[in-house]
Amino acid sequence: MSSHASHHDHTKLYAGTLLTLLVLTGITVAASYFDFGSANVVVAMFIATVKASLVALIFMHLKDDKPVNAVIFCGSMVFLSIFLGFCMLDVDSREKVSTGKLTWVEEQDREEAKKKVKASPPAGHSAPAAEHH
Amino acid sequence: MSVAENIEHGHGHAAELSPFQQHHFATAQQQNEASKIGMWLFLVTEVLLFGGLFVGYGLSHAKFPEAWKSAHHHLQRELGALNTVVLLVSSFTMVMAVQAAKLNRRKQLIGNLWVTIICACIFLVVKYFEYSHKYHEGLLPFKAFYSYQGPQVPGEFHFFSFYFMMTGLHGFHILGGIAVLLWVLKRSYAGDFTSAYYTPVDLIGLYWHLVDLIWIYLFPLLYLIS
Amino acid sequence: MADVLHHQIHAASDHREVDYLSDGRGIRDWLYTVDHKRIGVMYLFFIILSFFVGGMLALAIRLELLYPGRTIMDAETYNRVFTLHGAVMVFLFIIPSIPAALGNFVLPLMLGAKDVAFPKLNLASFYIYCLGATMMIGAIISGGVDTGWTFYTPYSTSTNGAVTLTAMGVFTLGFSSIFTGINFIATIHKLRAPGMGWFEMPLFVWGIYSTSVIQVLATPVIGITMVLLGLERAFGIGIFDPRIGGDPVLFQHFFWFYSHPAVYIMILPGMAIISEVIPTFSHRTIFGYRGIAFSSVAIALVSFIVWGHHMFTSGQSQLINAVFSFLTFLVGIPSGIKVFNWVATMYKGRITLKAPMLFAISFLLLFTIGGLTGLFLGSLSIDIHLHDTYFVVAHFHYVMMGGTVIAFLAGLHYWWPKMFGRMYNERLAAISCALIFVGFNTTFLTQFVLGSRGMPRRYYNYLDQFQQLHMYSTFGSWILGAGFFLMAGYLLASLRGPKNAPMDPWGGTTLEWQTQSPPITHNFHDVPVLKHAPYDYRNIPQGEA
Ligand SMILES: [Cu+2]
Repeated sequence: MSSHASHHDHTKLYAGTLLTLLVLTGITVAASYFDFGSANVVVAMFIATVKASLVALIFMHLKDDKPVNAVIFCGSMVFLSIFLGFCMLDVDSREKVSTGKLTWVEEQDREEAKKKVKASPPAGHSAPAAEHH
Repeated sequence: MSVAENIEHGHGHAAELSPFQQHHFATAQQQNEASKIGMWLFLVTEVLLFGGLFVGYGLSHAKFPEAWKSAHHHLQRELGALNTVVLLVSSFTMVMAVQAAKLNRRKQLIGNLWVTIICACIFLVVKYFEYSHKYHEGLLPFKAFYSYQGPQVPGEFHFFSFYFMMTGLHGFHILGGIAVLLWVLKRSYAGDFTSAYYTPVDLIGLYWHLVDLIWIYLFPLLYLIS
Repeated sequence: MADVLHHQIHAASDHREVDYLSDGRGIRDWLYTVDHKRIGVMYLFFIILSFFVGGMLALAIRLELLYPGRTIMDAETYNRVFTLHGAVMVFLFIIPSIPAALGNFVLPLMLGAKDVAFPKLNLASFYIYCLGATMMIGAIISGGVDTGWTFYTPYSTSTNGAVTLTAMGVFTLGFSSIFTGINFIATIHKLRAPGMGWFEMPLFVWGIYSTSVIQVLATPVIGITMVLLGLERAFGIGIFDPRIGGDPVLFQHFFWFYSHPAVYIMILPGMAIISEVIPTFSHRTIFGYRGIAFSSVAIALVSFIVWGHHMFTSGQSQLINAVFSFLTFLVGIPSGIKVFNWVATMYKGRITLKAPMLFAISFLLLFTIGGLTGLFLGSLSIDIHLHDTYFVVAHFHYVMMGGTVIAFLAGLHYWWPKMFGRMYNERLAAISCALIFVGFNTTFLTQFVLGSRGMPRRYYNYLDQFQQLHMYSTFGSWILGAGFFLMAGYLLASLRGPKNAPMDPWGGTTLEWQTQSPPITHNFHDVPVLKHAPYDYRNIPQGEA
């Protein structure tokens, strides 16, 4: 049984883990002084994830515990990424009205409008007026 | 597999009988495992509770990248790093406390719990200094309170809304953790925990590590990302 | 006592022992109880009370809509009434209905356990439910809410109603739901009777398990959403309110990330009950046990990737519209598997048409209509026409009421003898079921037509051409109401009679039928050992009652 196996002294393992976590903290702080452009977020999140995994596997005993607990915990991460992922996908692919960028559909509409202007008779001739009441 | 598991529970570990075993569990081990599943499920709800804030943070960041860049310079990354170290150390002493309970080392259990609680308090004190610094500059959360007058990019108050909501919720979790740790400490002095029964220490340990784990993400997201 | 004498006559074979209902009759014995059966009964009481409140509000809405313009209330009141109807029915009734009331009572019995894993947490969950309900009632008294139960921004961040208090009520109720979910998952993992593997569990347990997974994963998100909404209203975070740089569509993402899965918190337990009732009353092994079990889990998981189908017209991106529309159709597969398996179980079975079975058959018909119309709404182009019309209203009432409520009634009638030890009047139950079935269809079938002709939902006034259909719908609501009042009558009347229910009135095979009705406080004298798989009817006589 897992809980029996862990009735040993693991102080060294825990101390080593703490040391690794502290070193990783140092690395992530140091890295933040360099500009990797958009990779900054990726680097920081990657290091954070390594640290989080260490905490979960060793301090929270997931390494030796019953797998059901690991499944439960990973589940939360999976569903959180679904939540984040779909929201991001929506916002990224939405029509960028505020920045002035046009969507494909709007561009098509504009093209159409231009063609119509060219095709319509020159000014002076009365075009059929839109009906406004 | 689960059938075998259940039958195994039926045999019980007579030697490990504890006064804290509840009547509806066949064995202390079954009780411990059920409690652990319960705790992990609770942690899942915590992850998704914070998750809402993380998603809000991510989308606001995407919307106001310039404001994020300029606003995060108001945070002192040294203090954030210090708090990270404090929490990591407390996580270490917490896991040592759990081990001490498992191995019947009462003095070590009590000592480690004390260090954990003290680290938690240090964390809150540092947080207090950070908050009061922001308060004096008017770098407060929400449209209603944000009153910073210095040079800034539009949208900075969004950053501070998220900074305060995320660290505030996290801070509440630290406070709650301290309360439960004190209760566990009191029971440790009373000698309630032995290798036969240490579930509460185990559970608060899991909770404490999660609080640490959330901070591991909060620190780079708030203090470091530019 | 005459009661005792009666027992001796009717229960000659098994002498009755002190059951959980008579084990301590004081008010404190109930308020401080950690017995899952008593907590289930307390939940049942408040849930039925909420259903009554929500139902009366529904009757008021239908009466108002009998004629265009003002009938009994003004437009402001109407907005509050339909909001309350939705909020009460969703948060106080349907979500806790089957899991917290029937599930609490039956689940440990089915597993052969003495209680749920965390009895105190179970009681806490009940009191948190009461607290949340009080907050929502407080919101009603302090002016009400007119946003609809969905609290969409930007209206909800600018209206003067008691949105914040209602939101805090929803937040609080969420914890109640989470605690129930945590409790059930731990119970199912750890407290199964010796010999009961995962595939020897009754299908009800599979359904409740899947429900609990959703409760644990989704509910925290509605919690934080309600907190954000409250803060946005009070101080301005700038996340949902477009006036300060927020994105109102984001609120809909947050809201539906919970609320679509919540629809399955409502329907999965209903399906779970049907999976019990149909084999018992067909006296035939369930067809495709694993198919039903896995489809429950599949529905729970898929429910998390379809929420955007509520937002096709909200301004979310076209790309994500297409993705969500496609994914929505996936839900049809496990739902279809279930319906197929239920019907296949009935095929060549020896069907007895007792009240629970009548409700189960109603469920099959109504749920199928509700499910299929959901596919119309999941199709992008059709949804543009039908969005925010009565078609949507009819669709989700077919699923929520025709599905969940009818299944709840099936379960209530199925386990009523187990819960209270009394049989009810079978003939009145059949009449009530018929009234509900006819009344329901009259009310909501007309609304499909109304919606497809363009009648928008939530409107106080409408064009004259819709009056006739609205009138039929209102008439239907009266028939429906009559059915429920009749049910309340015969169920309450049964409680006045002696405890005469046998141990296994229907010939069920799951463990809850192997203990006295009502059960003793610790459920079973000895830990029950599973001797055969569930739904093995070979040695079980068909129902005695
Ligand atoms: Cu949906």
